[in-house]
Parts: sequence; structure tokens; C-alpha cells
Amino acid sequence: MSSLVHQFSHEDLLRNRDDIAAGKLWQFPGGIHPPQRKELANKTAIRRLPPPPRLLIPFKQHIGQPGTVLVQEGDHVLKGQPLTAPGPNSGLPVHAPTSGRIKRIGEHPSAHPSALPVSTIELLSDGEDEWTEKHPIADYTALSSSELIALIAEAGIAGLGGAAFPTAQKLAADGQLDYLIINGVECEPYIVSDDRLMREHAAGIVRGIRILQHISGVKNVLIAIEDNKPEAIRAMQDACSGTESLAVRIVPTRYPSGGERQLIQLLTGREVPANGLPKDVGLLMQNVGTAYAVYRAIILGEPLLERVITLTGEALQQPGTVWAMLGTPVDTLLKQAGYVPYPNARVIMGGPMMGFTLPTLDVPIVKGSNCILAPAKRELPASTTEMACIRCGACADVCPASLLPQQLYWLARDHDHDGLREHHLADCIECGACAYVCPSEIPLVHYYRQAKADMREQYIEKQKAEIAKERFEARKARLEREKQERLERHERAAEARKRALAEREAKAAETAPASGTETTGEPSKPANDRVAAAIARAKAKKAEQQKAAQATENPEGQANAKPEAQTESSNSAEALKASPDDVSQTAPGSDPENDKKARIAAAVARAKAKKAAQQGSD
Amino acid sequence: MSMVAGIIALAVLALAFGLLLGFAAVRFRVEKDPIVEQIDSLLPQTQCGQCGYPGCRPYAEAIANGDDINKCPPGGQSTIEQLADLMGREAKPLDDAHGVEDVKKVAYIREDECIGCTKCIQACPVDAILGATKQMHTVIADECTGCDLCVEPCPVDCIDMIELQQGPERWKWDLEQIPVTQLATEVKS
Repeated sequence: MSSLVHQFSHEDLLRNRDDIAAGKLWQFPGGIHPPQRKELANKTAIRRLPPPPRLLIPFKQHIGQPGTVLVQEGDHVLKGQPLTAPGPNSGLPVHAPTSGRIKRIGEHPSAHPSALPVSTIELLSDGEDEWTEKHPIADYTALSSSELIALIAEAGIAGLGGAAFPTAQKLAADGQLDYLIINGVECEPYIVSDDRLMREHAAGIVRGIRILQHISGVKNVLIAIEDNKPEAIRAMQDACSGTESLAVRIVPTRYPSGGERQLIQLLTGREVPANGLPKDVGLLMQNVGTAYAVYRAIILGEPLLERVITLTGEALQQPGTVWAMLGTPVDTLLKQAGYVPYPNARVIMGGPMMGFTLPTLDVPIVKGSNCILAPAKRELPASTTEMACIRCGACADVCPASLLPQQLYWLARDHDHDGLREHHLADCIECGACAYVCPSEIPLVHYYRQAKADMREQYIEKQKAEIAKERFEARKARLEREKQERLERHERAAEARKRALAEREAKAAETAPASGTETTGEPSKPANDRVAAAIARAKAKKAEQQKAAQATENPEGQANAKPEAQTESSNSAEALKASPDDVSQTAPGSDPENDKKARIAAAVARAKAKKAAQQGSD
Repeated sequence: MSMVAGIIALAVLALAFGLLLGFAAVRFRVEKDPIVEQIDSLLPQTQCGQCGYPGCRPYAEAIANGDDINKCPPGGQSTIEQLADLMGREAKPLDDAHGVEDVKKVAYIREDECIGCTKCIQACPVDAILGATKQMHTVIADECTGCDLCVEPCPVDCIDMIELQQGPERWKWDLEQIPVTQLATEVKS
């Protein structure tokens, strides 16, 4: 609540709370009054359709990380069975909306303006709609907040107002809260999903609100509904009667009063800071649909499998609202509503202000969808004639975030990211009010979206470059270090060699007199040394005899060898003694193969003799 | 006499300022040319060497010493413009001699064919390839800068440069590519 303290002095805060309690309404800047067109779809009750034959369930239907898939192609799944395990950082699972067989797990166009493919599970319904085991909680008050939050996450509930932010994550954020605001404003033209839900399921919504109240520990709840929904207001007032902590607030119809920040300003006069969250000003906001989903998850034990979708527009013969299973393809829903296609027809996901034209109809309903709008040819003509900005400033008058849309437009066209940041592009909620009033029909919001995407991309690239640089430098440092280490090792080895050589020389100098006397009769040699040398000699001789048995010996070689051996100079007496037999084999005329073998044997013997001698001298 | 006094006074002043400057030169010495840092931070850090220098930093140093700013294909035109801004030079089109601007790619090792020679590991400037002698190698896609340097040394040609998959999250609202129609600016009933 630090921002709250910053915004208000203590007395002001108390007065502010009194004002809120008294039902005072504030104003948010800007806003527009587009034709409502809600009567198209809000006349009939929410229809329940049979399970569609084919469901397309994307892994990720919320803001955050996708989960890992738990099923395999060909598996039979039951209604309500989790299909993915929740991903990291408060990721949410998705569930099988009906029973059936997993046909395919792979890429499929997404319910996104780009329709780029995303990982999707294709489920073929078996028509049985058979439930897996449900775990209803009879008395939720017996559970702690964290247990309930875990259950809500397990049920896969994301904000059903449209942003699809994980509800559990929103609830888990700590902070002292003044009010829980339940958003039933539904300010966008055409959309009547929340309207119908409040009319028909007010009691369930209120029970959901009580659970949310229990979890967040907030005493007071404000339920905001626009004054163009009298039936919903009445239904909610009836459901809330007798519960003092719940108050229904009727807000004037003005777009975009249903925006989180706008509604907060409208109901409490508080302003959420630019990079902050509602909890920074002591508030928590949930959509009515989310409250109802929480009720179903906790009290009925049903995960989030379906949501209310408004099917509207004059190209539909039976517009209305339906309970659509998550994953129902848009064309299946349109067929149910009697869609009459025409050349160059557009189908919009979402409302006329914030929705987007679907590039293909084979995309699924996801947790964040709320409306499918199929306008007739003349109903919502696409603007084609973008003209120059005349700096009339009409957009600045209607901007609910008090930004300067025309300035942002120029900066976006100029790719001036610093300028865009200075003009707080990040605070733009993309409500489309500026584009609605623009006399030059400039698609302003698209410029902002592109600029935002560009800035995000650049930010990501910058991060990546930073990491790459770090890794490159770490590698360079490592190679340098390894080189240094290698050099040091070589130096050490060279030194060791030098030392060993010096030692050996010293020893040779010591034994030099001994070798000198050896020829005369080796009196100074220690006894065991001589024994070792003798053994070695014997061994060498034996090896040679073996060789001799294999091949004929050249007697001449023997004869020649002796003088050679005598002339051979060696500073080791032992080697000298072992050598005669060895050298004899090198004599010319001997069989080359035997020669080689004998040489090896002799070398081995010599080495052994040397070793023995060394041991002896040690 | 007055001339001597003047000379002495000037000499003293010169000495004093000389000392001051000398002190400042030592005390406030700038370790490195900061312009190199600034240039380096604009470069994409792929360390690909397409500019002819062994990495981004050497190229940054070369630019600081007057080399052309249009030798970095991974950075493309936007980097050239940023460099032109920083250096106060004319932005030129990318020099074809050093390659052309391409889509973002990552290296991919066909793991069945990898013989475990570690040659690519040694070539990777950012240590993004994982493996050991006679063990299969693999690329850490998130760390790969797409520099292409591992492709050449592979004796069995098992490394492909594949285009980076773009998800909806990073889609750039490209009005030219996908027909997104601006929604109603006026509702006619």
C-alpha cells in the first residue's frame, strides 16, 4: 500500500474509504459511447450444446509458461482429467473438456491474430461426456487460503475477463487489501457473456465471491455493473441481499469503464501506478466469470472446462450465448448459431473494439475468449482509407490513460523507442477509443501494438546479446586460463626434468669411480647390487637362449660382439654388464626377425637390470 | 626587474598548472576508451566474425579507430543506423562483401550422425554446444547466436542452421504479412 500512502495522506485515505463505503463514484479521463448492440444476443438464455465431435486444446491458454503434456496420442481421457502438468512459475494445467480419445498432439493454428501454430492436443469426443472423479469441497472455510489457492490453480482457472492471467497467482500476491472488486461491467459493445451469467447464475457467482473473500481476507466487496444491464443488476442485488459486505455498484455506461485501472479509478478514486498492480493501492479485482469458475472448482469440484461465449453479429441467424467447451473450434460454434457466410466475410474474436479478425475459423475457443462476432457486410465496415493525421487531438480527449495518442502515433511511425517510452506507451491498454474517434481513420492501436512488439523484441535481443557477450567473455577467459595453465605445466615439467637430469648426473659422478674399478675386479660394488646385475644378466641370457633355440645362431656375431661391447661407453656399470648379450644380437648376418625379438628382450633385461641396480643403490 | 618578476610569476603559474594537470591525468584517468564500450553494446554479440574481426569487441575497437560501420550482417540496417547515430557518421547500406542480413537462425545438430569429434564445440564462440569426445553433441538453442561458425569444422556435415520458430508471443503485428483488418471505427446500425 506504499503507493496508496503516497497518493493520499492519512486523513485523505480515511475520507476516501468513507466515500467508497458511501457509494461515491469517481471519473476516469476520456472514454467513448459507442452503440451498444447488446440486444442482439442478450435476449435468450445461455444454451448448452452437445459436446463437439472435435476439440482443439492448446497447452497454453493463460499468461505464463505452458505445461508439459501428460497424455499420449490414442489415450482415452475422461471429462475433467488434466492433460498437462502445470508449467513453471504459476503455470496452469489444461483439462479434457469432455471424454474421448486423443487423436493428435502437435501444432495447430492458435486463437491469436497471427494464427501462428502452437502446441495443441486434438481430442475426439466419444459423446458420452463421462466425468472423471470430482472432489467437491463441502466446507471451504475449513481450508486455509494457500490450500484453496492450490485448488484454484489445479482447476486451471485464469482470469476470464479476457487477459487470462492465472487467478491463483493474483490471489497469492500478498499485501493488505481494502476491497475486492468484482468486475461485471462488460463495457465492450456486442458482448453479453457476463450479463447472461449474472442473470442466470447470480447465486453461484456470490458463492464464488465468498470463497475469494475467504482466500484474500478482504472484508468488503464491490460488484460493479454498467447501468445498461438492469436484469443483471437486479439478479445480483437479490443474490447479495442479506450479506452486508457485498455491495453492488451501478456504473454509468461508458467505454472502457471495464478496464481494470479505469474501474478502480471509477469506484475508488485511486490510481494504480504506471508499473504497479491494483494491490499496490489495496485492491484486488476479479471478473464475475472467474468468481463463478472458482465456485464450480471448489464447491462442485469441476475444473475450468467451459465458459460463456457470446455468438453475435447480423451474419448469425440465432445469435445468443452458449456454454462453449474450451477447445471448441470457432466454425463449429458458428454453425450452431446459423452462420451465413458471404464473400470476404470477417469473423472477429472478441468485441468490435479490442477483438481481432480471425485469419482462419479452425481455431479453438480458449480461456481468454469471450465473444465471436460475425458482422454482416454493412454492419462493421472495415476502414480502408487511412488518411494523414491532422493533429485534431480528438484521440487525446478520449484516451482513458491520459496519454497523447497522436504523439505516440508519430513516434511509432518514426520507430523512436525512447520517445515512446517517454510518452508512456506501456500504459496504453489498447482499448481502441482513439482509433474509434479518429476522423482520419488511422488504425492507431495497430501502430502501438507494432511498436510495443518491436520494443519487446529489441529488449529480448538486447538481453540475448548481453548473455552472448558474457558467455563469449567467459569462454575467452577460460581459454586464456587453460593456456596459462598449460604453459605453467610445461614449465614445471621442464624444471622437473632438469632437476632429474642434474640428480642423475650427480649420481653418475658418484658412481663413476665404481665403474672405473669395475673392469679391474669390481671390489667397491655393494654385494646386492652385483647380485641384481647378475640376475639381470642371467635373464637376458635366458631370453637369448630361447631365441637361439628358435633360430640358428651366427657364431661370427658372437665373436664380433665382444669387442663392440667393450668399446661401448656407458656411465652405468649395470647396463654395461647387461649389454654383451644384447649387443651380440645386433651383429650383422643374424635373422632380422630374431634380431628384433632378441633386441627387445635384451632391452627389457637391461631395463630390469637398471631398475634392480637402482633399487639396490637406494 | 619587473621582467624577471613576470617571468618568475609565469614560471610559477606554469608549474602549478602543470602539476594540476599531471595530477588530474593520474587521478581521473579513463581506463579505456568508453566509445568502444558503447559501440560494443550496440553490436549483436553473435561473435560470428563476418566483419572480418575475431568477435564483436575487436570490431568495436576497429570502428572506434575509423573502420566502416556497415560490416555487421547479423545487426543489419538497424545496427548500422544506431552506429551512425553514435559515431556521427553517414549511415551506409550493409556491405555485401561481409554477407547479407538474414532471418534469425540457430544451429541444430543431427544427433544420429554426430561422431563426437568436439570440433564444433571448439568453434562455438559462446560455448553453446554441449558434448564430450565420442559422445553425441547438442546445441543449447537458447544460447546459440546463429553465428554459423560450427558448420564449417564439422567433418560429417551434421549441423544445420534452421530458422528460429516464432511463436505468437513474439509476433510483430505485421500488417503487411497477415491481413489484419482494422476493426470498426464506426458502428452503423
